[in-house]
Amino acid sequence: MTVPIGAPADAEVDAPARPVAIAGRRPWTGRLGLHLTLAIISIVWLLPTISLLISSFRPEAATNTTGWWTAFTLPFEFTVQNYLDVLSRNNMGTSFLNSLLITIPATVIPIMVAAFAAFAFSWMNFPGRNVLFVLVVGLLVIPLQATLIPVLQFSVDLGIVGSFPAVWLAHTGFGLPFGIFLLRNFFGSMPREMFESAFIDGASPTTAFFRLAMPLAVPAIASLVIFQFMWVWNDLLVALVLVGGFPQVAPMPVTIANLVDSLGRNWHPADLGGVHQHAAAAVRLLRPPAIFRARHPGRLGQGLIEGIAARTVTDEAEIG
Amino acid sequence: MDFGTLGFAVLAIVGVPAVTVLYILATEWLVRGLPERRRATIRPWLWLLPAFAFLGVYLIYPMIQTAILSVMDRRSESFVGFDNYLGLFGNDSFWLTIANTAMWLVLFTGIVIVIGLIVAVLTDRVRYETGVKALIFIPMAISFVAAGVIWGFMYEFDPDIGTLNAGLATVGAEPQSWLTEWPRNTVMLIIVGIWMWVGFAMVILSAGLKGISTELLEAARIDGATELQVFFRIILPLLAPTIAVVGTTIVITALKTFDIVFVMTSGNFDTEVIASLFYRARFINGDVGSASAVAVILLLAIIPVMLINIRRFQQQEAMR
Repeated sequence: MTVPIGAPADAEVDAPARPVAIAGRRPWTGRLGLHLTLAIISIVWLLPTISLLISSFRPEAATNTTGWWTAFTLPFEFTVQNYLDVLSRNNMGTSFLNSLLITIPATVIPIMVAAFAAFAFSWMNFPGRNVLFVLVVGLLVIPLQATLIPVLQFSVDLGIVGSFPAVWLAHTGFGLPFGIFLLRNFFGSMPREMFESAFIDGASPTTAFFRLAMPLAVPAIASLVIFQFMWVWNDLLVALVLVGGFPQVAPMPVTIANLVDSLGRNWHPADLGGVHQHAAAAVRLLRPPAIFRARHPGRLGQGLIEGIAARTVTDEAEIG
Repeated sequence: MDFGTLGFAVLAIVGVPAVTVLYILATEWLVRGLPERRRATIRPWLWLLPAFAFLGVYLIYPMIQTAILSVMDRRSESFVGFDNYLGLFGNDSFWLTIANTAMWLVLFTGIVIVIGLIVAVLTDRVRYETGVKALIFIPMAISFVAAGVIWGFMYEFDPDIGTLNAGLATVGAEPQSWLTEWPRNTVMLIIVGIWMWVGFAMVILSAGLKGISTELLEAARIDGATELQVFFRIILPLLAPTIAVVGTTIVITALKTFDIVFVMTSGNFDTEVIASLFYRARFINGDVGSASAVAVILLLAIIPVMLINIRRFQQQEAMR
């Protein structure tokens, strides 16, 4: 049992041969239950998102008095006003920019730093290599909460609280163990002869790293980028703690959480003011990662296979 | 966007990657005068230095510091022994928090894996596999904050607005206050978590499933095994290592759960979990000692998972 690690991403995703072969043996009616189950699961999973999407296009008065499912009965009432309001009134435009300015460096730094370390772990000899890597594996599971108080403390002491670098550096620290782990597995499975002949031909480690290792690791790096991007983009806790009190640098999750708070949303029948704004704000929040994913179909799945599952479900991971 | 912001944006998006690349080029320049053997000794440490600097500053030092703070008073001024821990243990609300976290651990982990497995196995048999999988994965790309808003619509009390209560109303049942009564509210929050994380379990389990040889399954079917027998006697045992990987990740996620609770109930109505208790202790009550004690308890809870992780890693290394 081997997962084709080096295979192109698409091969992983659209492998239809097997299911179709099984499908051919049974009459269509016998598979009705299967289709029904999947349809029900799909609807249940889609329902919450659709309710938000529809609500975000409804006028405030309508959202406050009727459910989103009535949107398709006459009279049709749809508007983009919520989006305009959210963008202009609630710092959402600034927050969107902040989110980008936080997320891009907080994705690039850990991946570069992790790649350096992973390359050293894979293709350089030094004493304590295994012990240090076991340490990294151990750090994979450390909960943020166990480190947050001192991190906040020294960020305050250094005077970087309320600035982008505070968040970049924190996300770098927290994202590194996974990055090192994933890239080391990937670099480590590249053929030894390739690097040996490069070194014999006089290539320096930096040349081998930038010209051989990194280009070949593009699938792994792509999935790592998606992971780290999603994690930083969606992060509330780190941002809340390090830049939560600074609206001019706060990213979208913090601003939206504040919006939810300040508009006094609670779960009793009473106050529903501002639901429409939450809806519009939240939809904006979930858009970029979705776009990001659409451009790289299958990368994520493949990266997961390489990074985690491959190490357990396959006997030997090799580059194709 | 003014020029200051624009300049900063350019600096962040171009400057930061440049610095990381320059660092590694600079290391080679630094060791250029040394004989080759010395270079090979020093070089790995230069490549590891940034990573371990970050791990040290953002993970290892803060963990130790948190442990120290947990035996200090609320302002970290004097040593109080185990008072913070005893204070927690003597508080009924702490045990409620533990009970809620236990519910998260069991229900969240169990249901995510079971549904993830069902979806992975079922989608493996249909042509529209990619579509269903993408749909179920969407919530994974949504932030917890947005998910909180989305599910606010589902759980809203007013049957004219809340989707769930509207569903109850159509069958003539009384509307329910989903998020105010324990233990139902914790279950409702767990459902949000399940909705978000099934996509993760599904992707990895599905990858593992593709690794199981088709011939094996076909052989069993030809020998007269029913689909259930094939699943329980062949697929499940072969997937066990993958399930372990997914299980580890989900267990850690359950222990770290913060955002859903923070956004949806702020830990009110007895929905507190360890991570939100930590946040409340530190950032709402301002009690550093007690918050650190909570963090240490969370860390201790994760140590068995960490050891299992390390052991599994070492077994895999041995197989390489």
